[in-house]
Amino acid sequence: MLTLLLIFWPLLATVVFFAIKPQQAKTWALTAALVELAISSAMILQFDSAGSAQFVVNHSWIKSLGINFYVGVDGISMLLVLLTTVLTPLIILSSFKHQYDNAGSFYGLVLFMEMALIGVFCALDGFLFYIFWEMALIPIYFICLRWGGVNRGPVTLKFFIYTLAGSLIMLVGLIYVYFQTPGTHNFSIEALYAAGQSLPAYEQGIIFWALFVAFAVKMPVFPFHTWQPDTYHTAPSPGTMLLSGIMLKMGIYGVIRWLIPVVPDGVERWGSTALTLSVIGIVYASLLAIIQKDLKRLIAYSSIAHVGLIAAGIFTMNKIGLQGAMIQMVSHGIVIVGLFYVIDIIISRTSTHEIASLGGIRTSAPLFNSVFIIILLGSVALPLTSGFVGEFLLINAVFQYNIVSGAFAALTMIFGAVYMLRSFQVTMLGESSVVTRIFPDLDSQEKWVLYPIVIMVILIGIYPAPLLKISEVAVDNLLTIITNHQARR
Amino acid sequence: MNSIFVLAGLGVFSLLAEIFNIKRFLFPVVILGLIAAAVLLVFDWGHGAAFYSNMLTFDNYAVAFSITLSLIAMLWFLMSKDYFENNTNITDHFALILFSLVGAVFMVSYSNLAMLFLGIEVLSISLYILAGSNFRNIFSNEASFKYFLMGSFATGFLLFGIALVYGVTGSFELQVIASEISAGTGDRTMWLYAGILMLIVGLAFKISAVPFHFWAPDVYEGSPTVVTAFMSTIVKIAAFAGFYRLFSTCFASTSDEWVPVIQVLAILTLLVSNITAVYQHSVKRILAYSSVAHAGYLLISLVALNEISASAILYYVIAYAVASITAFTVLHNVETDEENAIVDSFNGLARRNPYLAFCMGIALLSLAGIPPLAGFFAKYYLFTVAFQSGYIGLVLVAVLTSLIGIYYYFRIIIAMYLKSTEKGMIIQVPARHTLILAICVLLSITFGVFPDLLVGLI
Repeated sequence: MLTLLLIFWPLLATVVFFAIKPQQAKTWALTAALVELAISSAMILQFDSAGSAQFVVNHSWIKSLGINFYVGVDGISMLLVLLTTVLTPLIILSSFKHQYDNAGSFYGLVLFMEMALIGVFCALDGFLFYIFWEMALIPIYFICLRWGGVNRGPVTLKFFIYTLAGSLIMLVGLIYVYFQTPGTHNFSIEALYAAGQSLPAYEQGIIFWALFVAFAVKMPVFPFHTWQPDTYHTAPSPGTMLLSGIMLKMGIYGVIRWLIPVVPDGVERWGSTALTLSVIGIVYASLLAIIQKDLKRLIAYSSIAHVGLIAAGIFTMNKIGLQGAMIQMVSHGIVIVGLFYVIDIIISRTSTHEIASLGGIRTSAPLFNSVFIIILLGSVALPLTSGFVGEFLLINAVFQYNIVSGAFAALTMIFGAVYMLRSFQVTMLGESSVVTRIFPDLDSQEKWVLYPIVIMVILIGIYPAPLLKISEVAVDNLLTIITNHQARR
Repeated sequence: MNSIFVLAGLGVFSLLAEIFNIKRFLFPVVILGLIAAAVLLVFDWGHGAAFYSNMLTFDNYAVAFSITLSLIAMLWFLMSKDYFENNTNITDHFALILFSLVGAVFMVSYSNLAMLFLGIEVLSISLYILAGSNFRNIFSNEASFKYFLMGSFATGFLLFGIALVYGVTGSFELQVIASEISAGTGDRTMWLYAGILMLIVGLAFKISAVPFHFWAPDVYEGSPTVVTAFMSTIVKIAAFAGFYRLFSTCFASTSDEWVPVIQVLAILTLLVSNITAVYQHSVKRILAYSSVAHAGYLLISLVALNEISASAILYYVIAYAVASITAFTVLHNVETDEENAIVDSFNGLARRNPYLAFCMGIALLSLAGIPPLAGFFAKYYLFTVAFQSGYIGLVLVAVLTSLIGIYYYFRIIIAMYLKSTEKGMIIQVPARHTLILAICVLLSITFGVFPDLLVGLI
């Protein structure tokens, strides 16, 4: 029951936007998102971290095709649901300064998006997963199209076609596996696991690519990333935060839940290729981030680098890598939302994206400066910040897998320090420029967004154990599925 | 069966309405009559009764499609009432539409090739006139003339095909033909295949499959918008249902011979229509090519031809028709009397009338096949059908072309929500249109979220 409430509450909440005035829209959106946070908190209190999928709801939906409304939450899902429900109120609050016309539609789309994202993380039926997966695309497309920046028409269309192309190929792959299930065919996750694993290795390899492309586009992994910098740059700030903070986790989650256990032999055959692509992406995106002149683009490329490391960690298929990926997903979500908000503040106060025309903000806004540096250190993975735990585990895992890949993957930390610290130096230190001479410090609404983020960055860095514990059993279960399969073979 | 009397009676009634000067009752009577026809059809469900020495058989397939046709026609009447009010001869137009609806019902319920021919002719002759009903407009005249010429040509093929099949099997009745063919036709097989090929050409013309689609964009563009809406929904449904009925019953046993032909047609239709649509500016032409494209998706089910393909077709045509009616209603409101709507006419629609823009958005997303709308499940269901019969390559082509489809559907969405316009005027929408749009949008969402309402009916 709680799962149904969790998934559909944001959808119910959107109905209210038809009844209220546009000025009240933001307040209601925040309230609804906080209620959603309360629901997920209630869930985590009842959550048994030693068990597998919980809060399961399984209703027959499309009987003749063996499709069920089958949802549930295990440790991996729980962590991502938590991330979504924590970040959404922050993202909504961060948009309060902007006056969006048609505020009702804007916040309605944000909440609709939250519903789809939570649906993706909870779905245990392949078809349902696909529906939610696609449904997440619609609101973000319209958010970017209606409230985005320059050139948004072509950019968002490219984004849409790119991701939809990936998804449709995934759909074909899923239908293929579905037809391997026994009897009248079934889309439930257990049936798909069994059917996928029973395929010969060659076919599993093909299915691997069909599914992987969809997830790789979403994350994005090199060379499927070309939509990402433009879209992040054009989208309105809340849209960028949704895309980078939560939506790209859909891709990583997809790999963990719907790729590795479905086609373990395919992963064994092609996992090293995927890992190599991810590592190439890390180096490539980091190098591009160094030369960016635009703040938003810089963060966009840094995101590709960080996600590349997460993907590489997952394809090592060992426990350290998977646990590292879990914790790093949470950390990356929090940090990148913080970074994009910091940039949003800089842009709205100076009306420039250009790194070069900034400088000297530190003297006029010391509080802003401290917050920025903490979040930034979280991004470059300094010990005792949230980024360190994840990146350490991930790089460790990649090293165990292959020393060369590990060495290249570890470059992310060095390059990350280079571009992040350089951007910090140029924007915050030095002489203040024309546009930064008057730079008011954080006001109370901005503090309400940034302080929780700073606290989370530090807290997770110092004491990550509770988060690791939530996902541990689920990750173990996943690895058991793989080892059982290998033993059977 | 009684529903045919009701529909034909309505046609006669609208002719008499002119004489007895009861025109003001005509519209409510027609709407009620269509609902009555649909209700009467429900009583035929499950009987599979044959009428007139096996001329028509109202099996579940026929009943399901006839109900769909009646209800879509009702929506269509609600949509196009105001167009005919400006015209003096409303009664003639209503009568023509109703008679062509009777033809459409024949086409989905025939069990004799003569009835198929009769249905197609009853349907088409009304349409030739309707396409030219805006007789002061040269393009309307052109559309009518082109449609008539090409249509007659296709009918010729169809008749020739029927004659050849009759020559081989000695019967017009579907059951007899089917049993004759499966019993073997000796050395006359060649003539049978020639006949089947002719039938494919004739029917492919009616559903406007590539390469027999050249008339469609011109006719759709030239005809009055409401008539275009009728052609792309009712006519398309009837033609395809008739096509499928013939090939799934009569010629199923020789499917190895003609399935490759249909497969080539399907692939050509999918590729050519979707790629051509990208280069169109007129919205009506985009919708025309989109309608050709949907014929291509429907052909996939004919290629796959298994026990669930009829159900997939029913779901698909309903999803498609509901979305099309929405799109044409919006188009009808956006375009002005003087000019045909191009994509730029939709610029800034989100500001000029957010409700229209929202409904158009839903319709286009449904046509493009985006979940959770009906159009998505329709495509998904078809893909499942094709997968089940092992046509994975065809599914991949269809997936590719759906992606191309996104591009042109989204051009309109981008125009509505992104572009600005000098035309500051707010568009007023009649209450009746608001109602249809609400119904259609709700149907698109409901069928998309609960496909079980329609899946597995037939």
